[in-house]
Amino acid sequence: MNRQHAAWLFLAPAVIVLGVFFLLPVIGAFALSLTDYDLYALADLHNLRFVALSNYWALLHRPLFWAALGHTVYFVVAGVPLSMLVSLCAALLLHSPLARCKAFFRTALFAPVVTTVVAVAVVWRYVFNTKYGLLNYVLGGIGIHPVDWLGDPHWAMPAIILFAVWKNFGYNMIILLAGLQAIPSELYEAARIDGASTWRQCRHITLPMLAPTLLMVGILTVSGYFQLFAEPYVITEGGPLQSTVSVLYLMYNEGFKWWNLGSASAIAFLLFVIMFAVTELMLRAGRKEVQA
Amino acid sequence: MIGEQSRWAPVFAGMTVLRFFHTPRGDWKLWIAAWRAMLVMLICASLTACSQHTDPHTLTFWTIGREGEAITQLLPEFERENPGIHVVLQQLPLSAAHQKLLTAFAGDSTPDMTQLGNTWLPELAALGALEPLQTRVAHSSIVRPDDYFPSIWSTNVYDGVLYGVPWYVDTRLLFYRSDLLKAAGFDAPPHDWNEWRRMLAALSHPERGVYGILLPTNEYEQLMSLALQQPDSLLRAGGRYGNFESQGFKRALTFYVDTFRLHQAPPITNIEAGNPWEEFGRGVYSFYFSGPWNIGEFRKRLPATEEADWNAAPLPGPVGPGASVAGGSSLVIFRKARNKQAAWKLIEYLSRPEVQGRFYDLLGDMPPRRSSWNQSSLRDDPKVQAFREQLERLKPTPPVPEWEQIVNEMQLVAAQAVAGDLTVDQAAAEIDRRADRILEKRRWMLDHAHHAASEAL
Repeated sequence: MNRQHAAWLFLAPAVIVLGVFFLLPVIGAFALSLTDYDLYALADLHNLRFVALSNYWALLHRPLFWAALGHTVYFVVAGVPLSMLVSLCAALLLHSPLARCKAFFRTALFAPVVTTVVAVAVVWRYVFNTKYGLLNYVLGGIGIHPVDWLGDPHWAMPAIILFAVWKNFGYNMIILLAGLQAIPSELYEAARIDGASTWRQCRHITLPMLAPTLLMVGILTVSGYFQLFAEPYVITEGGPLQSTVSVLYLMYNEGFKWWNLGSASAIAFLLFVIMFAVTELMLRAGRKEVQA
Repeated sequence: MIGEQSRWAPVFAGMTVLRFFHTPRGDWKLWIAAWRAMLVMLICASLTACSQHTDPHTLTFWTIGREGEAITQLLPEFERENPGIHVVLQQLPLSAAHQKLLTAFAGDSTPDMTQLGNTWLPELAALGALEPLQTRVAHSSIVRPDDYFPSIWSTNVYDGVLYGVPWYVDTRLLFYRSDLLKAAGFDAPPHDWNEWRRMLAALSHPERGVYGILLPTNEYEQLMSLALQQPDSLLRAGGRYGNFESQGFKRALTFYVDTFRLHQAPPITNIEAGNPWEEFGRGVYSFYFSGPWNIGEFRKRLPATEEADWNAAPLPGPVGPGASVAGGSSLVIFRKARNKQAAWKLIEYLSRPEVQGRFYDLLGDMPPRRSSWNQSSLRDDPKVQAFREQLERLKPTPPVPEWEQIVNEMQLVAAQAVAGDLTVDQAAAEIDRRADRILEKRRWMLDHAHHAASEAL
């Protein structure tokens, strides 16, 4: 047995696993997206039609797909910076030498990440309730009229964003906290000796040193937020007026509610292409930044 | 679950892989999850492969939603009468039932029999998943078709073949606050739309947050019931195209939308409505458009002293008493059932008037046979008489597998009309456009040579 054969032998388990669980399903899903697989095809395969790219074509001509994409992009564009800002602030607070009971707060702030979406969604539906909700009660206290959070198509998405940020910021906070702890304290010491203010320390030491971590956290959050599904599914069921239908929600409805697996697979592939492109762009921008 | 995982494993694995591909965060976690899923699947598959063939006297029966709880109290007697049969009950939650039934069919793991919502029956019948019951009914001394409410019976017939026996009926009508109506000068509930409109106007005070009626904008049953009252059918040409631009549907949609435009109903969804029973009790709404289970809910949630202040009334129609939707659940036997004879025995047992009477006492589900209504608790309860009256005036929904999807689209467009984004004419045209798109495959099927082949399956 020569070296090359031996190498393939060692690789075989990984290649087989990848082939069976990665390559085949992807090819299968792509093949599915070129057909009109639905209930009738489920009953009898003779009812399956090969439709080439017309699932994709139909999707691109469907207002609901563009609306769903718009909602998803809205969620990503508004949610990701907000989420990262909250995570960063929480991490900075926890990292501050003035902070007390760090272990407790670290656990408490991380708790939303490990709670079940469905369970906390029930609580948040009450928080957002127009008449009896805590949020409107607080807003009322400072003289703001009640907002119909989950009933007004303009406010439903902000409500979802608020919920998602609360639910997810703890995860990034832990990563950023680890990043902060890795910054050598000598740098701050030197800065203090030079008389740099806290703000300048933050601006010129913390942020640059944290940049790689921030880029990674950013990419993770963007790709996670593109897959918005559970939050609208449990809080608004896509409403009101479908204003919280995300791409993944649309895919779920097409595939598992109405059993149009052909067009659901097409949605999955379109989302995949979009996310791939966005992640690639972010990575390139990040690399350029590092080089510069 | 077995069928779900095995048949769709490529799809699920595909989605897992897609996620794996673009979420570096979860790569190892997802691998572990995928492996675990595979492992569970293998174990489940091997377990059921054994268990499915052990006991020929086992009858597997799936129930959906609340019925599963109540039926456990009716089964012991059946098992006493039939010592050879052991019923294995599986309770599906309503939200997962539709998926589960389809995946069970796809994965060849259907039970012997199931409870089935009669709007889902055409779907499973079209799949060829159900056993025709005509001959069994013809030889039965218990199941007598002429004793059933005809509209409910007809929802169990697909393409001229009987596939189910009605178990309980569900329809929509009006709950109303008789004290508030009286205070506004109305002695009886409305008989037609004009009268209803006048009452709604008198009872709505939007400036105080008080409305005539609650019509959640994400529930299709209300508009659908109004549309079914019309002479025009909702689909045309044998279910090939939508018929939503008909005069009748536009009349129903106009009435529905006007109720919101005149501020006689708040434009909210059932999620925001929160606790409608309590608000009905407080007089926020004078009418509540809903189904029979709410008799029990109101009794449970409102104080007994207010029992005289509310009642139920048949649905008013455009001119005089109107029809309402023929809903409910049936009992069906799967074509691949191993124990069809035992399944039919259980259906006969559950169809006995005295068993249906007990079922009503346990749960409040209304029996589909006239003779069951002569049971004492149903005969004497004044609140259910409106339902008894309504049951003689029911109309089934169009028997096409795509109906559920079409009616969902109908409601989405209607909600846009309520929000003022579309006029009634635009909305009707849009619903027709969407219905025609959904029915495209059905048209192809009907016109295609394979039609005969799939029928024979």
